[in-house]
Amino acid sequence: MSTSLSLVVAAVDDTVPGVRSVRLVRPDGGTLPGFTPGSHVLVTCGPPGTSAVANAYSLTGDSVAPRAYTISVLRLDAGRGGSRWVHALATGDRVEVTSPRSAFPPVLAARRHLLVAGGIGVTPILSHLRSAVRWGRDVEVLYAHRPGAAAHLEDLRDLAGDALTCLTDRTALGDHLERRLADQPVGTHLYTCGPAGFMDTVTLAARRLGWPDERIHVEHFGVDDLDPGESFEAVLRASGRTVPVPSGTSLLDALEGAGLSVPNLCRQGVCGECRVRVAAGTPLHRDLVLSDAEKAAADTLLCCVSRAADDRLELDL
Amino acid sequence: MTTQPSVDRALVTGFPFPFPTDRYRYTTNVEPAPRVVGTPAGQWGASVVDVDGEYHRELVERAAVLERDPSRYAVLDHMAPACWDTMLTLMRELAATYPDVMSLDGDGPSYVWTNRLLDVEQPFTYARPSTLPDEPLRYVAGQVQEDLVLLDQRDGDLWGDAGLVTFAADWSFGFDVGMSFLEIHGPVPRLRETGVITRAREFIMRLQPGAPYRRTNWTLTIGRQLDVSTERYPEWGPDRPRILTVDDTTFGREVHLRTEVQHLVRLEESGAVLFLIRTYLLPFEELARVEPWRATTAAVLADLPDDIADYKGVAGYRDRAVTWLHARTP
Ligand code: HEM
Ligand code: FES
Repeated sequence: MSTSLSLVVAAVDDTVPGVRSVRLVRPDGGTLPGFTPGSHVLVTCGPPGTSAVANAYSLTGDSVAPRAYTISVLRLDAGRGGSRWVHALATGDRVEVTSPRSAFPPVLAARRHLLVAGGIGVTPILSHLRSAVRWGRDVEVLYAHRPGAAAHLEDLRDLAGDALTCLTDRTALGDHLERRLADQPVGTHLYTCGPAGFMDTVTLAARRLGWPDERIHVEHFGVDDLDPGESFEAVLRASGRTVPVPSGTSLLDALEGAGLSVPNLCRQGVCGECRVRVAAGTPLHRDLVLSDAEKAAADTLLCCVSRAADDRLELDL
Repeated sequence: MTTQPSVDRALVTGFPFPFPTDRYRYTTNVEPAPRVVGTPAGQWGASVVDVDGEYHRELVERAAVLERDPSRYAVLDHMAPACWDTMLTLMRELAATYPDVMSLDGDGPSYVWTNRLLDVEQPFTYARPSTLPDEPLRYVAGQVQEDLVLLDQRDGDLWGDAGLVTFAADWSFGFDVGMSFLEIHGPVPRLRETGVITRAREFIMRLQPGAPYRRTNWTLTIGRQLDVSTERYPEWGPDRPRILTVDDTTFGREVHLRTEVQHLVRLEESGAVLFLIRTYLLPFEELARVEPWRATTAAVLADLPDDIADYKGVAGYRDRAVTWLHARTP
């Protein structure tokens, strides 16, 4: 349920081979919503209004009262086309992004922050580092990259100084990582972002050295959103009417759109107000209200979040 | 017969009447905010922060409470960024809601905060303590009527790690600071068994910046007293038995329906959750003049289960309250 922002490309930077940094601003030049370090936006990689792929990109710039959102995108020729689209953008082009979402935040109470970046995974690490410097947090950065292809290396050096170690070969990385993981004060939190294999290596090494899971943080992009769900039809018992419920539209929204009024409050599946009786069909429950037994009974559902397991649901409305 | 109104009309027209129906039970009653709600007397709910005719009086009272008891304010070390975040967020909210009298100029890190209601013009630099005359959370608590609690989210839980609360209704912020969300709610009957509070926790943990939510809570308070915290129980506790001995006119003047409008705001930079508690008090004698309010309040109080009535501290005089309200049926 993010709001959408319509931004304009203010600058592109292709200094690092294969990586493009893009600076996005409001058309009126105003301040953008701030964000928690480690946040990403979903970028619609295509002309506005089309069903283009939406990719999650971490924000690399300043997180308080930002004048711009900056993202850095590695060109993946075998991908779904999102990165190629970003690499073709020009100054002045319009770009639709969601408001920032936080799924990889720094732990405020941590005693120390160990940031481990692999390749283009440096992007959320950079915003972590900016806030660590702003707030005087104890921080150490490990950056593994291919020789000569290091995005944001200057930024990291400026911010981290001696607290930055760069590693460009696999063996050196493995050794150094083990040593640094073994030598952190209790209360240090580990944050890692990079290719999946890289993050696995880092987390496995940390676990082997006895790091508890609560102190290991891995960037999975945007897993906390409810998925849009499949489309289905709701049949209203009282009138025999059929209300189509497209993917991405809640049953509650569809019912209201059809002129029905259903009591509701939170529209998030927590308050229990929007419960409706199911006359036929199988509900797909996605709320936090109903007990397991009530869910299994399959005779009611909370229409603000729950949907149909099949393509049809008959409601006592 | 005309009687002199005991409170400013605006306190009646703006009162957030908390009962949607004649029956009250605990639920995870959260809704997107802000949203205007019409009532038989007026309306409420247009903004996240609310400045009303009590502004100066309440800020003076907050300062006095803090002066007498500094434990009403606490910030665990790691919450410093969340305090700056709170200050900036509330200043922006105030400036957007009351542009005629308040503004926040500059786009960071240097700003000027102007509040003409208090004759304040304060330049400051974000995250630089030396640029403000006070710590940021205490500073901004001097600009709003709301009590403030900050929740840190970590280890899959929420922790009440900072706040400034001077108008607590029978609880103690100093006692709760550092506790988890479920521990804070430990004294409340029914919350765990019914799943109300675990659902609330899941919900709050998914809150996003820019999408505030709100809920209401209520109780009864004797006398127009904002600070009925546990710390001062010896002062207000005796009012409960005393109220049974007063005459009807005094009862109606002294017993107040107390609504708390509570907002939940995910802070942008720190990722902490800001919980705002804004307290409104309406004496029964005014409440009874709005017929739907009189009838609903009587019904809710009559039906309220004993454990909830007990917890709210109204068990001893709710029968009298119901009788009093029934006697005013038009
Ligand atoms: C959706 C969110 C929430 C729900 C549903 C909820 C629910 C409740 C309920 C039902 C009560 C009992 C009130 C009464 O009968 O007078 C209560 C009390 C209380 N709540 Fe919450 N609450 C929520 C959020 C919060 C938050 C964020 C805080 C901040 C730390 C908080 C702090 C308290 C405190 C301090 C009490 C008094 C407990 C005592 O007696 O010591 N609540 N809450
Ligand atoms: S509206 Fe709250 S559960 Fe659906």
